[in-house]
Amino acid sequence: MAGAHELPPDEVLVQRLRSGDEEAFALVLDTWSGGMLRLASSFVSTKASAEEAVQDTWLAVIKGIGDFEGRSSLKTWVYRILVRTAKTRGTKESRTVPFTSLLPEEAEATVDASRFRSPGERYAGHWAVGQEPRPWHLPEDHVLRGEVRELIAEALDDLPPRLRAVLTLRDVEGYGSQEVCSLLEISPGNQRVLLHRARAMLRSRLDAYASSPDDAHAGGGERGLR
Amino acid sequence: MPTQGEANVDCVDFVELVTDFLDGAMPQEQERRFVEHLAECSGCERYLDQYRQTIATTGELTPDHISDDARQHLLAAFKGWQRQ
Ligand SMILES: [Zn+2]
Repeated sequence: MAGAHELPPDEVLVQRLRSGDEEAFALVLDTWSGGMLRLASSFVSTKASAEEAVQDTWLAVIKGIGDFEGRSSLKTWVYRILVRTAKTRGTKESRTVPFTSLLPEEAEATVDASRFRSPGERYAGHWAVGQEPRPWHLPEDHVLRGEVRELIAEALDDLPPRLRAVLTLRDVEGYGSQEVCSLLEISPGNQRVLLHRARAMLRSRLDAYASSPDDAHAGGGERGLR
Repeated sequence: MPTQGEANVDCVDFVELVTDFLDGAMPQEQERRFVEHLAECSGCERYLDQYRQTIATTGELTPDHISDDARQHLLAAFKGWQRQ
């Protein structure tokens, strides 16, 4: 979402781009390319290929800005071109990311079943003893915050492509559910399943970093059982 | 404490419903049970809070950059196209 607020409104922006305002072009280029790179890398196999997809998209935007009709926001229009461009590239690289249906493993539980009391046990379905989430100690110091962001960025890169695409759009770019469904051509339900799985994977990476084993017994007084 | 039943929200269900809840995508009755569970279970309250912190931290990510070469190339292309 970085820089999103510094851009002028679409109608001003489009007008300036159409009249060849280089400063306006540099502004959108610098504001959106980072997010575009992240999104493109969900569809293609290398960072270099993602960068080429972003470049091809901008070239198409330069040529096509006269055709922009303002039916969506300018950014969404650019992202649509990007998704199309990156998908085509991904297909050529035999790395297709079909979103139409969920893979079986994507519909599985996001928290290991062993952390809950088994069916038939007393309080079945509740956190097992010692398995409740442990408290986190996330640093507030800004240098260490950088370390946390680094960790999240790595975890994001490790996500399977479909999960990464949805998470990037929703939580990094700040798009709403509807726009993401329309950009990726998925149903709202499937979008939420992918998003939920992606967030859970990131949460557990943060958990490994931010919860120290010393706190393992700290939750003993609050079992979560009533 | 709600009595046992298939619509009951236990911890094992709660952790899978968090995104539906945050998106406001839950049927009303399920949301009621979700909130009821949240109020009674400190483990799940913490899980939800950590989920929110994860989302907030992801939102702080600084953008990647395209290479300087690519950037220069595109600025030149914009200039060139406008001159045509
Ligand atoms: Zn619970």
